[in-house]
Amino acid sequence: MKVLVCVKRVPITGGRIVLTDDARAINTQHLGFTISPHEECGVEEAVRLIEANKGESVVLTLGPPEAVEQLRDAMALGIDRAIHLKTDGQEWDAESTAAALIEAIRADETSNGPFDLIFFGNESADSAGFQVGIRVAYALARPCVAGLKKVTLEGSSVRCEQEVEGGRDVYVVPLPAVLTVKEGLNLPRYPSVPGKMRARSKPMAESTPTRPVPRLELVKLAVPAGQGRRAESLGAGSAAAPAVVEMLQKAGVL
Amino acid sequence: MSEPHRPTPPHEWGGGLPAHARCVVIGCGIVGNSLAYHLTRLGWRDIVLLDKGPLPNPGGSTGHASNFIFLVDHSKEMTALTVDSVRQYRDMGVFIESGGIEVARTRERMQELTRRTASGRSWGIEPISLVTPAEVKELVPYIDESVILGGFYTPGVGVVDSLRAGTLMREKGQASGALHIAPKTEVIGIDVGAGRVKRVRTTDGDIEAEIVVITGGVWSPRLARMAGTRIPLTPAVHQMIDIGPVPRFRGAKSDIEHPIVRDMDTNMYERQAGGDLEIGSYAHRPILYDPEDLPAVEQAALSPTEFPFTQGDFEEQMQHALELMPEIVGDESVGVKYAINGILSLTPDGMPVLGESPDVKGLWAAAAVWVKEGPGTGKAVAEWMVHGESEIDLHSSDIARFHEHQKTRAHVRARAGEGFNKTYGIVHPSEQWASNRNVRLAPFHVRERELGAVFFEAAGWERPQWYESNAPLLEEFGDRVTRRTAEWDARWWSPIINAEHLAMRERAGLFDLSAFTIFDILGPDALASVQCVALRQMDVPVGRVVYTPVLSTHGGFKSDLTIMRLGDEHFRVVTGGASGMADKKWFRDQLLPSAQLADMTSAMTTVGLWGPQAREVLAGATSDDVTNEGFKFGTCRTLEIGTQRVLASRISYVGDLGWELYVPIEQGLKLWDTLWEAGRPHGLAACGIGVYGTTGRLEKSYRAHGNELETEYNVVEAGMAAPRVKEEAFIGKAAHLHHREEDPAAILCTLTVDDHQSKSGEKRYMLGREPILTRAGKRIVDRKGRGSYVTSAGAGPSAGKHILMAYLTLEEAVVGNQLLVEYMDERYPVTVAVAGATPLFDPENARIRS
Amino acid sequence: MTVIVLMDSSDASKQALALARKFGEPQSVSMDAVQPFAPDALAAILAQAADDMNASAVVAAGTERGNEVMARLAARMGLPLAANCIDAEPGDPTTVTRQRWGGSLLEEARLHSPRPLMTVAPHTVAADSGPPPAEVEVKPVAETDLVVRVVDHVSPSNGGVSLAEAKVIVSGGRGVGSKEGFAIIEELAGLLGAAVGCSRAVTSAGWRPHTDQVGQTGTKVAPEVYIACGISGATQHMAGLKGAKRILAINSDPQAPLMLNADYSVTGDLKEIVPAISAEIRKRR
Repeated sequence: MKVLVCVKRVPITGGRIVLTDDARAINTQHLGFTISPHEECGVEEAVRLIEANKGESVVLTLGPPEAVEQLRDAMALGIDRAIHLKTDGQEWDAESTAAALIEAIRADETSNGPFDLIFFGNESADSAGFQVGIRVAYALARPCVAGLKKVTLEGSSVRCEQEVEGGRDVYVVPLPAVLTVKEGLNLPRYPSVPGKMRARSKPMAESTPTRPVPRLELVKLAVPAGQGRRAESLGAGSAAAPAVVEMLQKAGVL
Repeated sequence: MSEPHRPTPPHEWGGGLPAHARCVVIGCGIVGNSLAYHLTRLGWRDIVLLDKGPLPNPGGSTGHASNFIFLVDHSKEMTALTVDSVRQYRDMGVFIESGGIEVARTRERMQELTRRTASGRSWGIEPISLVTPAEVKELVPYIDESVILGGFYTPGVGVVDSLRAGTLMREKGQASGALHIAPKTEVIGIDVGAGRVKRVRTTDGDIEAEIVVITGGVWSPRLARMAGTRIPLTPAVHQMIDIGPVPRFRGAKSDIEHPIVRDMDTNMYERQAGGDLEIGSYAHRPILYDPEDLPAVEQAALSPTEFPFTQGDFEEQMQHALELMPEIVGDESVGVKYAINGILSLTPDGMPVLGESPDVKGLWAAAAVWVKEGPGTGKAVAEWMVHGESEIDLHSSDIARFHEHQKTRAHVRARAGEGFNKTYGIVHPSEQWASNRNVRLAPFHVRERELGAVFFEAAGWERPQWYESNAPLLEEFGDRVTRRTAEWDARWWSPIINAEHLAMRERAGLFDLSAFTIFDILGPDALASVQCVALRQMDVPVGRVVYTPVLSTHGGFKSDLTIMRLGDEHFRVVTGGASGMADKKWFRDQLLPSAQLADMTSAMTTVGLWGPQAREVLAGATSDDVTNEGFKFGTCRTLEIGTQRVLASRISYVGDLGWELYVPIEQGLKLWDTLWEAGRPHGLAACGIGVYGTTGRLEKSYRAHGNELETEYNVVEAGMAAPRVKEEAFIGKAAHLHHREEDPAAILCTLTVDDHQSKSGEKRYMLGREPILTRAGKRIVDRKGRGSYVTSAGAGPSAGKHILMAYLTLEEAVVGNQLLVEYMDERYPVTVAVAGATPLFDPENARIRS
Repeated sequence: MTVIVLMDSSDASKQALALARKFGEPQSVSMDAVQPFAPDALAAILAQAADDMNASAVVAAGTERGNEVMARLAARMGLPLAANCIDAEPGDPTTVTRQRWGGSLLEEARLHSPRPLMTVAPHTVAADSGPPPAEVEVKPVAETDLVVRVVDHVSPSNGGVSLAEAKVIVSGGRGVGSKEGFAIIEELAGLLGAAVGCSRAVTSAGWRPHTDQVGQTGTKVAPEVYIACGISGATQHMAGLKGAKRILAINSDPQAPLMLNADYSVTGDLKEIVPAISAEIRKRR
C-alpha cells in the first residue's frame, strides 16, 4: 500500500513566546523546530502501516528550506521518501497551503500511483486552522475523517475512532481516504541512530510553488495578557497539607 | 582582604535583598555555589548569592553538563583543581565512581596515552594504567574492541550530581547564617566608583557591596561589561545526545555501572546514564555565540544554555559512535531521546578566568569553570579572596594574565574556535596557535624575517625561536649538535637551536627580547613600593640591577623578575610577557599613595647581546667604557651607541657576558642594525628564544616562573635563599623567615639523562612534566605531598647533556644519585648533577663576570 | 442580512451566536440535523442554507465538531475560514482576532471573503442570552455526503473519571520522576474522586497514556480544582488549563511559570507534600 503523511515544521516554544519586532511571527532565534505534534503521530502511523503491510510511505511538507530537517526526521523514523515544497519562509494561509499540497499530491500520484491513505494532523500547533487536510480531501474527492485517536485497516476500508465527549465515535470509510489525526493516536518512536543515518540517503524531491495572495491575511500577532492570577502561598513542604485540605473544602470538592 | 566592612545583621534582610553585603556572588552554578560556601567556611559573613534563574537549576551550563570527571590533565593546575573537586564531591556523597577509559584508534594516540600516563604519575593520580583492547572489552562489554589499539584506564573517574552538590553547598552556607540566597534576581548593573566596585543593581533592588564575584558562566562577559571590564570567554556549543532505552542497561541500579569511554581520536565520549547512553562530541565545527545571544530563562524551550540540536553537525559523529559501540548505537530499538547543543564557556587559552579584575578593585571572577573542577575552583578562589592566596597555584587561570589584545572579541573567538577541536587533541607542549598571529611585532621583525626566523608567539609577540639562516652552523658544530629522530621530540624544535647556542657560547649571540613586560615605578613612595614586593634589597644605588623573587603571602613564588634603579624615585621592572600582566597588577596593588606605575612595554624594546665576544661587539658600536671595570655585572646605565642613547643592563639569563639593551621602540631597528654591523667581524649570530628560554637557561640552572617557580614552592626549596634577609618588610617575609628555619621538604635539582636509548633503539628526549622515579620505579613524594616531576627539560649543548630540573626530597637530592625519568611509557636513567642553584655550566659564573 | 449559525445546546454555541449577531440576524442549523453525525452532510446543509438565504456569514463554535464541519463547508464553497476567533468585525475585509498556539498567541487578520466563515473560540466571548434563533429548514442531503458518518460509538473502557468532565484533577509533570512516582498522585486522586492528569513530558516519556494528557495537544479541562504536581507550566500545558476554576501548584521551584500563574501554591518536594495531603484528608474523615 502507499501512504502519504503531510507535516508542518513548527517551533518548540518555551514558557514565554517572544515575537519578532514586526509582530508578524514568533522570534525563533533561540528555538528548535519539530514536526507539529499531531503529525508526529501521523508519521508513526504511516510507518507502522507500511511495516505491517509493505509498500511505500512518503512525507510531504510545505515550508522553508530548513524544513528539510523535519523531512529527514520523518525519514529517520522509517518514512521512505520526501517531497519538499519550498517557501521563502513567509507564512502561507491554510487555503494556499492546501492548494499547493493538492497540486503536489496529484503530480506524485500521476507518476507513482495513488495513495491509499493520506495523513494530516488535525490542526497545526502554530496557526491551528483545522482545515488543510479537509480541503485536500475535498479537492481529491476522497472521504475524510477528522480528529482521530485510532486507525485500523480493514481490508479496503479503514475504521477510524474519533474522541468525543463520553467516548469515541467510530467511522468506517473506503480507501483511498484522508485522515486527520491527533496526538495520542500512538506513541511515536524515537529515531534510532541507524535510522538517522539511513535518512540521509533517502530520496527527497523538491519544488518551489508560488505563494498566492492569502485570503486570510495575517496582520499582526500579539501575546495575550496573562490570566492575572497571583498565587496565594499555602506554605511549604508537608506542613502545608492542612491548608490545602481547607482550600479543597472551601472549593466544595471535599 | 583588610577592607573595613559594616556587618549587616540578618534581621535587616527581611524577605527581600539586603541593602548591604560584604560580598555578592553572581551566579548559582557549580562554581558560584562552591565559592559562596567556601567563603562562609573561611569565616566571611554577609554574603549574598544570586542568580537570575530559578533554583536548583538556574539554567546555566551546570544544569546540562554531562557531569563526568576524568582526573588526568597535562596541566598540573587543572589536575589539582579536579582532584580537589572530586574530594569535595565524594564528601558530599554525590560522586559515583565508574572508572574511565580514554581509547586510542591510532598509533599517535597510543603514544599520547603514554604521555597521559606520565602526567598522571607526575600529578600523583593513582591507580592508572594502559590497557589492551581485550581489557577494554572486559570493562566495557558493548565496545567493539577491533577499532581500538588500546586505552588509558583511570578507575577513579566518576560521575557527579552537580546540581545536588550546589544545593548542598548552598544549604551549608545558609546554615551558618552567613549566606543569603536570591534566585530569580537578575543583575541589571554593577556600579564602580574610583576604580572600586560599589554596588550591584538587581531587579529586586540594589546591594551596596565591598566585593562582587562574577560566577555567571557564559553570562560572565555580560556582567563584566556592566562594571566596565571584560571577562574573555565565549559561549560555545558542545553537542550531546541521549539514546535509549538500552537493553543491556535495563534494570540499571545506578546512574552508571560501566566506565565512561572517551573516544579521543573522534573527539567524542560515550557514557551510561541510567538506562540510556549519552554521547557527546567536541568534533563539530566550533559554534560560538555572543553572550548577548543567550535567551532569557522563560524564553528558552529547555534552558537558556540548551540550544536546539543541529543535526547537520553530528552526522559523522553518529558514524563514529556506531563504529565503537555497534551493539547499542546500532540497535534499531534504541532511539535518540534527547539531543542538544549545550552551551559552555571557552577561553582563548583553554584555562579558566579566576581572580580579581585588573581593572576594578573588589570585582572578582570565577568563570569558564567546568563541572569537573567547579568545587575545587570555588574553594581556591575563596582562599585567594580571604587569605590573599590559594593553596593551589592558580597563575595559569589568573584573570590578570590577559594582555589587552587577548581580551578582544575577535581574539577570544579565534582562539576559542581553534582550541575547541583540541579538547581531546594531541597537543604538543610547544604547539603554536595558528589564529590571530602577528599582533605584536618587534621593530626588527623585518630583519628577523630576512634571517628566516621561525616565530613562536609570546603574549602576542612574534619571537624567533630559531633562524633557518643559521643552518650552516650545524655543519660548523657537527657532532656537538644533537639531532632528534623521533618526530614528537623534534616537533616544534630544530637542531639549529643547539647550534645557535654553541655560536653564542663561543662567539656572541643577538637576541630579540621585545616580549618583555616593562613598567616603571615612580614617585616619592617608589622605593617603599618596590621594597614591599621584592624579596631582595631594593634600596641600592642608582644604576644597580637586582634580580629578585617576588613572594606570595605564604612565601611561595609569585614571580621572579629584575628591577633596575634608574633614579632615587624611579625603578624599572622587567618581567616576562607571559606573567607580565599579572605582575603589573601585583605591583599596582601594593603601590603606596605617592607612587605611580607606568607601563613602558610598548615604549621600549629590548635586544640581548651575550657571549664571550659581546664586549668586543659592543665596543665596536660605542665609544663608552664597557670594560669589566667600567661597566660591572649587575649595573645599568645609558650608553651612546651610534646616534642612539641606549639603556644597557649588564645581566644575563643565558650565563654569558653581555647586556640587555633598551631603546625607544621606534629606534629598535636602528639599534639592531648597528649591533649586527658591529658583530660581523666577531661572528655574531642571531639567536632565538630556544637558546634564551631553554638551552642557555638550563645549562645555568636558571629557574623559570611557571616551571620551577610557583607559589607551591618556596625560596629555600628553590635554592635561591640569600645569606641575609633584608631588614625591610616585604610580602611573604614572615613565611620566608620560617622557611629558612625549617628543613626544606624538597630541593630543586639539575639532573642529566644518562642514556636516551629506547627499547626500539631510537633515542628519545624528554620535553618536560615527566615523572621522576626512584631506581626502583617508585614515585618520589616529599613530606608536603608533592611529587617529583620534570619542571623543565632541554638540551645543554655546551654541557653535552640533556638537562632536566626537578624538585627532589632531601634523601634523593644528592649529587650522583641515580634515578629514572618516565617518558612515553619507558624509563630512562638520570643522575642528579646539581642539588641547589649551582649552575651545571660555568659553576663559578666566571663568564658573566668576565 | 442573515447569518447562519451551526448550533448545539452547549455554551460554546451561545458564545458563537453572540459574535454571529454582529453579522446579521441569526438563523441556526442544528448540529443534530443529521443523525448519526455526518460532517459532510452538515456542511452541505450549511452551504445550501447560506446560498438560499444569501447569508452574510456562517459561524460555528470552535469546538472539535464546529471546526471540522466549518472546514468542510469552506472546502466545499471554496472560501477561506478563520478558526477560533475571539472577535470579528464585519467590513470589507472582515477583520478577525483569532487564537493560535491553543490560545497562547492572538492573531489579528483580515478575512477577504464575500461570505466570512468563522468559528468562535470557546470561553472567549460572553454567551448570547437572547432567545434561540429560528432554525433553518433542512433539506435532504446527497448520499455521497453520508459516506463519512458515525457508525458506532465506543465508551471509555477504563471507567475512570473523564478528564474533560472531572470536577477535580490531580496532575503530574516531569517532577514526578517516573511511572512509579504516579502512585502518590493516584492515591490522592482516589481520595478526592478526581481524575489523574499529566503533562506532555510525561506522556512522551511513556509514564502515562496520552488520554491523561492535559494541554494544547491533549485534553482541555475545566475542573473546579486543578492540582498540578511538579509541572513547570510550558505554554503547551497552560493552553489546556484555561477553563480551570482554581489551580493549586506544587513545585520545588517557587518561580516555575505554573507556580506564578496558579491561585494557590505550595513550595517543596511533591513526594512529601502529596502524601501529606492524602494523610490529612484521611485524618479528617
